[in-house]
Amino acid sequence: MSTASDTSTPETTIEAPAELPTITIKRTFASAPGRVFRAFVEPELFSRWIGPHSIEARIEHWDARTGGSWRYAAWREGERIAGFYGSFHEIRPDERLVQTFTYDGAPDGVSLDTMTFTALPGDGTRLTTVSVVESLEIRNLILASGMDTGVRQGYVKLDALLRDQ
Amino acid sequence: MAHDELSRAFAALADPTRRDVVARLATGDATVGELASPYGMSVQAVSKHLKVLEEAGLVSRTGAAHRRPCHLEADVFDLMAGWIERYRREAEARFARLDDLLAELDAPRSKAMNDPNPREEEPT
Repeated sequence: MSTASDTSTPETTIEAPAELPTITIKRTFASAPGRVFRAFVEPELFSRWIGPHSIEARIEHWDARTGGSWRYAAWREGERIAGFYGSFHEIRPDERLVQTFTYDGAPDGVSLDTMTFTALPGDGTRLTTVSVVESLEIRNLILASGMDTGVRQGYVKLDALLRDQ
Repeated sequence: MAHDELSRAFAALADPTRRDVVARLATGDATVGELASPYGMSVQAVSKHLKVLEEAGLVSRTGAAHRRPCHLEADVFDLMAGWIERYRREAEARFARLDDLLAELDAPRSKAMNDPNPREEEPT
């Protein structure tokens, strides 16, 4: 809906076009692309930032190479509340990462996520994440449910929705 | 939209099922039966949710019959803007955590694990 014009502010921007089943997220970081990239492909780093503080991300499988795959679970108060998995479609170190993303309660649903790491002057990075899903309806459900808070219920309903169509 | 209407709209959208119904209607009109089937809910239960959405001015129906389509009255653009802003805040919270991690990685190695304010230590 908005675009960043000032690369010095790290504000997150989201684009969700009315006509395309995509979500584009842009953000700048005050670290070089290599460092930001590491935080996406090294499991011990990834698990430290991906979930909210109330949730512990436990890596269950992680093979970060082109053609590899990953799986992690969200734990809250000793309970496994959700699992996520996908493949590393392409790993191009420090530049580009292409992954699939599925919530394991809704195996029919998959998002294709492309992360691009662009170097900015002074050891900065612009991260652009483009997620593509099957339909506008699913894209809207993802936006309406919220990834952190409503992903579980949202995907369960989404699964039922897809089955019934 | 008057303040009362806005409050009613927000209250109506506080429920995840109603939010999903609205997300569904944002892509086109649908009958009560079509809306009910994905949830494994009865038509009566979905009708209750629709009544709340109707009273909030978000949805209209041309009649009582279940075959009549439900139509989203709310400005879809405004709704989407609200969802996107919430989604954006969640992404921003995630990236703020990544900022902290990167600051730690960029700090001198000896400090990396223990310094509570690693950003104040510039790497040399």
